[in-house]
Amino acid sequence: MSETQNQKPLLEIQNLRVFFRVRQRLLPAVDGVNLTIRPGEIVGVVGESGSGKSVMSQSILRLRDYDSAISYQGEILFEGQDLLQLPLSRLRKIRGNRISVIFQDPLTSLSPVHTVERQLTEVLLLHKNLSKAQARARAQELLHLVGIPSPERCLRQYPYELSGGMQQRVMIAMALSCEPSLLIADEPTTALDVTIQEQILDLIAQLNEKLGMSVLFITHDLSAMAQLCHSVRVMYLGQIVEEAETSALFARPMHPYTQGLLACIPRLDFPRGEPLHVIEGTVPPLSRIPAGCHFCTRCPHATDRCRTQAPPTVEAEPGHFVQCWNFVSPETPGQEVEA
Amino acid sequence: MLSYVLKRILSLIPVLFVVSVVIFLVIYLIPGGPATALLGLEASAEQIEQLNTELGFNRPFLVQYADWLSGVFHGDWGESFFLQQSVLDCIAQYFGPTLSLAILAQIFAVILSIPLGILAAYYRGSAVDLATVSVSLLGIAVPGFLLSMFLMLFFGVFLQLLPVAGYAPLSQGLWEHLRYLILPALSLGLVQAAYITRMTRSAVLDVLYSNFIRTARAKGLRESAVVFRYALKNAGPTILTVIGQSFGGLVTGTIVTETIFNIPGLGMLTMTSINRRDVFVIQGVVLFVTLIYVLVNLVVDILYGLVDPRIQLGRK
Repeated sequence: MSETQNQKPLLEIQNLRVFFRVRQRLLPAVDGVNLTIRPGEIVGVVGESGSGKSVMSQSILRLRDYDSAISYQGEILFEGQDLLQLPLSRLRKIRGNRISVIFQDPLTSLSPVHTVERQLTEVLLLHKNLSKAQARARAQELLHLVGIPSPERCLRQYPYELSGGMQQRVMIAMALSCEPSLLIADEPTTALDVTIQEQILDLIAQLNEKLGMSVLFITHDLSAMAQLCHSVRVMYLGQIVEEAETSALFARPMHPYTQGLLACIPRLDFPRGEPLHVIEGTVPPLSRIPAGCHFCTRCPHATDRCRTQAPPTVEAEPGHFVQCWNFVSPETPGQEVEA
Repeated sequence: MLSYVLKRILSLIPVLFVVSVVIFLVIYLIPGGPATALLGLEASAEQIEQLNTELGFNRPFLVQYADWLSGVFHGDWGESFFLQQSVLDCIAQYFGPTLSLAILAQIFAVILSIPLGILAAYYRGSAVDLATVSVSLLGIAVPGFLLSMFLMLFFGVFLQLLPVAGYAPLSQGLWEHLRYLILPALSLGLVQAAYITRMTRSAVLDVLYSNFIRTARAKGLRESAVVFRYALKNAGPTILTVIGQSFGGLVTGTIVTETIFNIPGLGMLTMTSINRRDVFVIQGVVLFVTLIYVLVNLVVDILYGLVDPRIQLGRK
């Protein structure tokens, strides 16, 4: 990690705002996000459903442009060029080639009526100058790389003939086929059972190390995040509320939302019979974002200032940023996480 | 695949059995029985009795059914009372025009409806979509005979481009054959196109927001590949079903159009036979049309299995 710290960033999202137009109103699903990914880095983004993490990640390749009235502000710089300004014809050369994506639900993300071979070689034929036979050979290699026991057989199969874990491996193989410099993993383990989750996380970590590929890892699973990511961003209602190296975030969470999320993890030593911790309330809809701090409606420490003025982002300790008026400073020991 | 096809064929046996019983009984549904129908109301009881004996109508039901069924299998579908021909010969003679008409109508319908349906779905909510949806609604609402008359009036009478009515067999040359069929095929095809367009639109819409479409885009595929390779193929089974039903409908439901355009097809044979109470011909036509319908559905089922491998699930 330390040697990657000084390299030029691979992806730089600057003050990104993404709006959906719903009945003449512009609703900000992403509201001023800054995020930098360096070569070889695994960056995690964590948040509840509705926090805007998926919209943010899909904005990078503008995958939502087709389904909804969407508009962008800000910049997404990939190797210096702004993806938001790029014509679609040039963006297509980046999709699946330099930046690729794996999605949450592998079964529905693969076409049910095409064989694995068809779906896998397609990317290779599209972006690489390969013959059909070469593409097929490469596809086998890729399936082998992601740990599929009999690639030859798998190529002939249809997605429904594979288990969930195998399907997700196929997705990963597809995403890796052109050796992208950035892999966007949008909740890749959410739909899988726990043992398979582990294997997929291991696989991503291995590939990151072997291929030096950067990863943007989107999840709501904190333990997956702790296991895999070098640094973490916590998102709430379209904003990044806390940013830190993974170890620092888990050791000294400062934003009340992050603290709440961590407190929600059930523990074995938790007294029996006590109700589990929850963050009160739900994420408000985009049409009712509170003034001031977005989290003020659910924050146990909210003051009048929180309800009227948006908090600034403060560097609480080196490399650890938090967007809160009353964050708990790490210098004051004893003020533990309130559970 | 082979076992899938066999299974589909085997599953037809009960269907065909029920159908055969119903069709066999058609004759006895005529008020007064078949002999009265043939001889007229003034016939004496002895005449009716004699004819019944001649045609075997007074034998036990089961014997008659077995006799009829074995005839059906051996190519003996009975004789027409009026045409001095066997029923099968009648059908063979009248089926050609109907088949030509149905094929041409289906070609018109598919060429028009599939691209329109895809366009409407892709540009959902746009002017193209709105126009397609409302015109196809109009197509469904306007009765076929009215459309036929408009077409006749416009192309036949005003522009004098095409013959108003009539029929020329293929033996007189392809163009001559088609010239007579264009208007009736257009009138049949436009109505079918209206249905197929709507179904194509909704089938494509159903898959256009699927996750695998997003995956296809994330690969860097062009929109044309996304739509044709992924959306259309996944919407395939639904579209195939509609086309199959439409073809079945075209073969069996041309009575009005054939009458208007004076085409000597199955529809016309049905009409005249009903008017003449030519019961064995009616029976034969109904049986034949049913068989065609079942056959078309079988073909659609087999195509299903080719398009969507999940449908052959039972194959292992």
